[in-house]
Amino acid sequence: MTTEPQSSQSSGKPTGKLTGGVGWLLALVPLLLLGVVLAYLVATGGGLSELAGPPVEQVTIQRITLPAPGEIRVEVVNDGPQAVTIPQVLVDDAYWHFSAEPSNTIPRLGRAVFTILYPWVAEETHVVRLITSLGVTFDGEIAVAVETPAPSFFFFARFGLLGFYVGVIPVLLGMLWYPFMRRLSGQVMDFILSLTIGLLVFLAVGTWLDALEFAAELPAFWQGGPLVFFVALVTLGVLLAVGNRGKGSGRSPLQVSYLIALGIGLHNLGEGLAIGAAYSAGEAALGAFLVLGFTLHNITEGVGIAAPIVRKSPGLGNFALLVLLAGGPAMLGTWIGGFAFNPVWATLFLAVGIGAILQVVWEVGKLLGKSGEQAARSAINWMNLGGLTAGLMIMYFTAFLVKF
Amino acid sequence: MRKTIQNFFSRRNFLRAGIGSATSALGLSALGGSIQAQAQPPTPDSGAHAGHGEGLMGLVGEVDHAGNGFDPLELLVDWDFGKVSTLSNGQTLREYEILAFDKEIEIAPGIFFPAWTYNGTVPGPSLRCTEGDRLKIHFINAGSHPHTLHFHGIHPHEMDGVPGAGPGEINPGQVFTYEFDAEPFGCHLYHCHAIPLKRHIHKGLYGAFVVDPKAGREPAREFMMMMNGFDTNFDGENEIYAVNSVGHEYARRPIPIQVGELVRIYLINITEFDPINSFHLHAEFFNYYDHGTTLEPTLRTVDTIMQCQAQRGILEFRYRWPGQYMFHAHQSEFVELGWMGHFNAVQPEDFPAALEAVGLDGEWDRKATQSNTVAQKGA
Repeated sequence: MTTEPQSSQSSGKPTGKLTGGVGWLLALVPLLLLGVVLAYLVATGGGLSELAGPPVEQVTIQRITLPAPGEIRVEVVNDGPQAVTIPQVLVDDAYWHFSAEPSNTIPRLGRAVFTILYPWVAEETHVVRLITSLGVTFDGEIAVAVETPAPSFFFFARFGLLGFYVGVIPVLLGMLWYPFMRRLSGQVMDFILSLTIGLLVFLAVGTWLDALEFAAELPAFWQGGPLVFFVALVTLGVLLAVGNRGKGSGRSPLQVSYLIALGIGLHNLGEGLAIGAAYSAGEAALGAFLVLGFTLHNITEGVGIAAPIVRKSPGLGNFALLVLLAGGPAMLGTWIGGFAFNPVWATLFLAVGIGAILQVVWEVGKLLGKSGEQAARSAINWMNLGGLTAGLMIMYFTAFLVKF
Repeated sequence: MRKTIQNFFSRRNFLRAGIGSATSALGLSALGGSIQAQAQPPTPDSGAHAGHGEGLMGLVGEVDHAGNGFDPLELLVDWDFGKVSTLSNGQTLREYEILAFDKEIEIAPGIFFPAWTYNGTVPGPSLRCTEGDRLKIHFINAGSHPHTLHFHGIHPHEMDGVPGAGPGEINPGQVFTYEFDAEPFGCHLYHCHAIPLKRHIHKGLYGAFVVDPKAGREPAREFMMMMNGFDTNFDGENEIYAVNSVGHEYARRPIPIQVGELVRIYLINITEFDPINSFHLHAEFFNYYDHGTTLEPTLRTVDTIMQCQAQRGILEFRYRWPGQYMFHAHQSEFVELGWMGHFNAVQPEDFPAALEAVGLDGEWDRKATQSNTVAQKGA
């Protein structure tokens, strides 16, 4: 009875063995036919030329910078289905002379930089308009004209300091609750862990929305929305798979803290990017108030990182590394956002951040579950729900200081 | 995606041809795909400079007039006097032929507009006659939509060229002859009155209709200027403003005139979407004849007048000193969107050089100075 299926398997083997040269040639057949069909379509229009609509001209203004007084640089990507020529450029409803590199005819998926010598007025609004050969117009706004910071030591130091206030300081301060948290009972610690989950969920949602905002600015072919979703999903999957590689009862608390710090770090990178980019674009007046707001808003992050390790003594070195991992990327973000902003990278960073944060929510949830098992009570109880709600509320209300 | 769809639906239903003309005009091929905007020759009075002198306001490059089938400088002086004959009662008969058809025109360097035209130009032919002439205008609609000819003049109801009057709208493939006496004398216009009116006008269906008074007017250098605009993205606002269709053309190629001679401009406003347009002359004042229906100026010694759509009039002035003098709408926005030009006033001995500098010849000079139908009849 058992030999029957075996024999049938072996009789099927010859077909399964076609893995030599002939096998690969068979794999090429559909591709070759595809080539024939494509060639036919390109050469003859496939009998569909009647259905060909009017030409579609589509470009996206990716970035406008003001490198010097009297100069405007416009970076343009052609995300339409065909090449586009930009014969004329307007600034504030006036035709203006310009130069285009490499050309004012932009191939599909191509890129061009337009330089316009225009006496822009500091701290006022200007609108750049590109007009195509068919007269279609594409507008880009300079919300508040501010000379784009060149990568100088002055701006490098200032942006670094900004990132330090927004990222490193609050994480450090939050982690200073560590000695206090060590004295808390198990149940109160569960509250703190729930609070951490609340704050992480808040950050995940916030990062998600920020990512979608950047994604919306991307040229259409990037498919920004799906890109964010898939990158976040794959990141989550990879991090979970990496965590499950080793056997045993999962991660050590210190590992969980590092993962939280990493997720929060990616979130703070995104926050830094947004701040740096906004400053470059002249969109944000970075007063002390805003910085103060971010500091308050982010202080809970430190609590979250320290929460898993209250029963351990990881040592000062680990603490310093955790602070750097969670807060440092804010500095990196302001630098990148300020000097080399690229919405594609910004979207990707944030999407990775979403995945990382969700993975940490999972990990902290497991910690809570384990704690519940030990205390022989459900992890879903009023205490923990209270912590979750408190985490969400703290983040929500401190965000009042930074959202406008 | 939403953006793409919107753009798709705002696209125009035609296929572009001749992008090569735009790119070659910009010197693309010569520079191996890298363009550097051509600086306009600096003119003392141009005012076209940016505040700090680094940049230049204005359209970049040149329009392919040959490809367009018309040159704005020629439109200034090209009058259609019709086929002239005498009726048995002694009345002069002028017969004109106007063919409406769709044509893409280049309204600024590299920017193409899917126009509806009379005889292939925007504005259409400048019809000229003398007060009291019998006019027969044979209209053929070879376009894609119903069109009409609606004259601003005095005529019977069935000759009004509006839906519901006489033949109403003339369908594609149909013909009709509009017939009436030329009155009153003045500076008038004709345009399509098919519905939707706004679209039919701004697509380019209009032209000048000048009726000379029987007594004639003082000899002068005469120009026809039609103030118009083009809404290239169909958002209800004009992207290009101009006189005789091509933005900044007279800024790039100043109109030659002679110091001391009388200059007469038949100025008509057909600009769609904006309530008014205007004309401002630099460094000189002019007399103005509203609608041109009087032999005495209706406004004396002004340097700016405004016209609502279809309002028109005659301007007369002389320049005292040589130089390049700007003229433009005094809506600054229109100036920077194309409606600005220069007169190049020179001494008579320098005139041939001034003509040559902008690609004109003695024939243009003759048409500009001998265009009066009354003088012509006497000649």
